[in-house]
Amino acid sequence: MAKLFEKLKGKSLVRQNIESDYVLETKDLGISFGGLKAAQNVNLKIKKNEIYGLIGPNGAGKTTIFNLLTGVYQPTFGTFYLNGEELRGYAQDKINHKGIARTFQNIRLFNNMTVVRNVMVGLQHQPEYKCTLVESLLRLPRHFKVEKAMRERAKELLDIFGLKDERNNLACNLPYGKQRKLEIARALATNPKLLLLDEPAAGMNPHETEDLMNTIKLIRDKFDMTVLLIEHDLKFVSGLCDRVTVLNFGTVLTEGTAQEALNHPDVIKAYIGN
Amino acid sequence: MNFITNLIGGLSLGGIYAMIALGYTMVYGIAKMLNFAHGDIIMVGGYTILVFTARSVHPIIAIILSVIFCVALGISVEKVAYKPLRGSSPLAVLITAIGVSYLLQSLAQMIFGSGTKMVQGLDLGSFSIGSLKIGVSTVVTLIACFMVMIALNLFVKYTRIGRAMVAVSEDKGAAQLMGINVNFIIMITFAIGSALAALAGTFYLMRSPSMYSTFGSLPGIKAFAAAVIGGIGSIPGAMLGGILLGVVEVFAGASVLGPYTDAIEFAILIVILLVKPTGFLGKKRREKV
Repeated sequence: MAKLFEKLKGKSLVRQNIESDYVLETKDLGISFGGLKAAQNVNLKIKKNEIYGLIGPNGAGKTTIFNLLTGVYQPTFGTFYLNGEELRGYAQDKINHKGIARTFQNIRLFNNMTVVRNVMVGLQHQPEYKCTLVESLLRLPRHFKVEKAMRERAKELLDIFGLKDERNNLACNLPYGKQRKLEIARALATNPKLLLLDEPAAGMNPHETEDLMNTIKLIRDKFDMTVLLIEHDLKFVSGLCDRVTVLNFGTVLTEGTAQEALNHPDVIKAYIGN
Repeated sequence: MNFITNLIGGLSLGGIYAMIALGYTMVYGIAKMLNFAHGDIIMVGGYTILVFTARSVHPIIAIILSVIFCVALGISVEKVAYKPLRGSSPLAVLITAIGVSYLLQSLAQMIFGSGTKMVQGLDLGSFSIGSLKIGVSTVVTLIACFMVMIALNLFVKYTRIGRAMVAVSEDKGAAQLMGINVNFIIMITFAIGSALAALAGTFYLMRSPSMYSTFGSLPGIKAFAAAVIGGIGSIPGAMLGGILLGVVEVFAGASVLGPYTDAIEFAILIVILLVKPTGFLGKKRREKV
């Protein structure tokens, strides 16, 4: 019954848009699970074309923030805006259509689909790649046209990540580093305004990490993208991020440029203790 | 000669089982639940045909109406009974499905009584090639089943919804975050499953035109066995399993083992589960840590 009530409340929710100079703006965003406040009073302001880092020790609530921003969890407190449009309360697919796409901490590809089809799943909700059921089932010329355009677009995207030659392999047969890249490609295929990357460099060797940094910069420039990323590799963060926010126990410790934040006494305390 | 007659009969019965098994396997693959009320959708489809043919509606129109009614029923059952339980324990959903099954059976008994009723107008007669005598309905069933399977394969491979279905069956959460409306995909899955169940019910009635409230139970449970034999969650697996069971049933029925047909079919299930627990085409899922 309580669940049903929550649901009804969600449906009748009134969203208010605001004037905002930021791509993503969160206002006192927070969630509590029972008594545990996994995140509270998180205020992020991310400008267009920024690469923004979200860092903090394990359990600081970084992935929770991602889950709030993508609709996996509904915020208990506060709200968030994408280019001034309030997105609180939308379902995951709707938020994706509005322009937030993400990757996952532990890779979640469609393993038994080919690399190119993984990307096509991301592409298929864009209006130019839609064709009706009848067109597809009867295999009318438009079906082939759309399918071909989609495949070409997917190939372009894969080419950026150096995955073009592997496009017909199953996703599960790719090596780890390439699976991570494919996840980014799939998220990009949904044509987002804001890209959320959850530990993109996890498990990569220094060479791969370097390569990934360049790719993320390339994405920002080429797609005019804004990126919010979670990362533990502080070298990666300071080399890539324009600004960062440091979280600890679900609250913001500090924010600023990577250098400022990482040298902040509270941050050092949170990471290595007194 | 007998062999060929049996083979055709077996393939057509197998086609019916395969169509039902597809409903089980698609729902399992996409919604990760066992819909034990699926067999009773067949029964509802059968009664719909009974009602309309008794009012001398043309059989073809009765069949179309039965498909439409079953699709509507399948979607409503999903919306009312299963959707609120999404995310809860699989056991709760399973028990609910069994509950829906009894509900439908009891409703049918209340409306139509517990006796057996004969359905008129579905007998298409038979023809003979040389000494071979084959029922027209057998051939119609065979052709229709294979056409349906080809159409379904095309649908899953080449349409947006089909691709979204595969993505949802791989990882529901990730698919939703890539912009796929999972509720809509699950609804479509139930619609397709119910349409196939209605068609299967029609073809089953062509073989034996008697209707009763547990009409769907035995074919339902056999088709479920077929889906498991083929590897539940796999579409080609359901087709393979269904056809295998159908052929075995007809050949066993025609031999000295006749009275033990059902036992043989379920024994096959047990043996296959012992040798290959994932079924013929089922994928082994390794839990990654």
